[in-house]
Amino acid sequence: MLCCLISKTSGVARIAGYEVGNNADSLKIRKLIGLVPDNVGLYDSLSAYDNLDFYGKLYDCTEAQRKENIQRFLKMLGLWEKKDVAAGTFSKGMKQKLALARALIHDPKVLFMDEPTANLDPESSKTVRDFILDLKKEKRTIFLNTHNLDEAQKVCDRIAILNTKLMAMGTPQELERSVSGRKTVIQLEQISDPMLTALKKMTVRNISVDGNKLTIDVVDPEKENVAIVETIVRAGGHVQSVNVVGSTLEDAYLNLVRRAN
Amino acid sequence: MRFSKSWIIASKDFKVYIKKKNLLYALIVVPLLVAFLIPGVISYAGHKNGVSGIPASELTILLPSFSFFYLILAGYLPSSIASYTLVGEKVEKSLEPLLATPTTDSEILLGKGIAAFIPPVVAILAGSVLFMFLMDLVTHSKLGYYFFPNWNAAIVLFLMVPLAVIMSVEWNVVVSSRVSDVRTAQQLGILIVLPFAGVYVLGELDIVNLGVTSNLLIVAGILFVLDLVLFYVARATFQREEILTSWK
Repeated sequence: MLCCLISKTSGVARIAGYEVGNNADSLKIRKLIGLVPDNVGLYDSLSAYDNLDFYGKLYDCTEAQRKENIQRFLKMLGLWEKKDVAAGTFSKGMKQKLALARALIHDPKVLFMDEPTANLDPESSKTVRDFILDLKKEKRTIFLNTHNLDEAQKVCDRIAILNTKLMAMGTPQELERSVSGRKTVIQLEQISDPMLTALKKMTVRNISVDGNKLTIDVVDPEKENVAIVETIVRAGGHVQSVNVVGSTLEDAYLNLVRRAN
Repeated sequence: MRFSKSWIIASKDFKVYIKKKNLLYALIVVPLLVAFLIPGVISYAGHKNGVSGIPASELTILLPSFSFFYLILAGYLPSSIASYTLVGEKVEKSLEPLLATPTTDSEILLGKGIAAFIPPVVAILAGSVLFMFLMDLVTHSKLGYYFFPNWNAAIVLFLMVPLAVIMSVEWNVVVSSRVSDVRTAQQLGILIVLPFAGVYVLGELDIVNLGVTSNLLIVAGILFVLDLVLFYVARATFQREEILTSWK
């Protein structure tokens, strides 16, 4: 929809000031954006170079621009040596990288990626992810659609969680903080009564003891954990480790979905 | 509409065709087969019981109809190419990135049309030159003159063949929206040759005299009207959103 491939159902969306759904703006938007679809959709019988050259022409890049960008992106993605090889002979990871280069051939302001690391081996996934992180440094807007929450957490500055409708949006940290039921787990050398009394005097919600392990309900672990650890140390406790559980983006996602259902 | 965009798409398709052996074979072998086979049959036929070949009076009825073989080819050859260029892209999932480029539906459709139009027309014209040369070679002794080239053959080759190729391409665009594999598209696309084959049979049976220029022009006129009708159907079928959401 945002790539002006299908009509919008409702609402308003703008890309670089142009309105999605406005026929006059559609061509302008498509010129500004790059798309990496979930199916790479390369021309298997054409070489990597010819695949990119074709798209460069469609985006009105001059011959010099095409040459420069093809070389630049193929080198960045480690495909330059294979530039004259038919894309059909490439591995899945190589095809995905070539699709990325294709989406960038005209230096788009906005890049849309639909599951760019899906079905890739860990090494290829990392290459693609690192490449996305490099692109981020170039101050491009990257719109990444993924089911891989770990990847979203690593790559994205802002995350929107969709489950048929927009459920939440924010930085990864904001979304993590939105999760209720987060706990700090503290492993101690030994638990003593003065320590528990001191902790109960604090405004912590719930404390449970399991051997020498304390589990404390917290809202904002980054702030509260400092005070908790200080209290334990003051009460003579020896802290061996501190862990926060229930604080990943996955927890935030599952929490939101459960709440919606 | 920018023709340059369409030409970029067509040029890319030409590059792809060169790598597809089955498409090349169809474009080269079939017109050559017609060019050699028919003169061969004419040369061989009728040589029995002391009769030396087909009489000149019958040749003048048969020969104009033979040009219609090229109309049949004009229906057949684009179907293998158009089905690849549309259904093939759909199968290879390369339509989505193409549709995401700043090109209009009309530019893509025209590009695909050019890509499916030029190779068959070139192949047919090249094959027909050889056909006419060989046919003249085997019929000159009977007729006492070179039958080809003539104005009627020119009308068939330069007017009717392009119109028939356009019709075939348009038909294949419509077919491509309803099928999901290249083979089925080719099988359905090839049905377009039936009307041309029908006209050829009518000519051979002397029901329609295909040696009369006005008859050829009438058939060309009908083709033109059908091309226009199919153009609107094909254009209505080839909509970006339809392709992505409704094409099977």
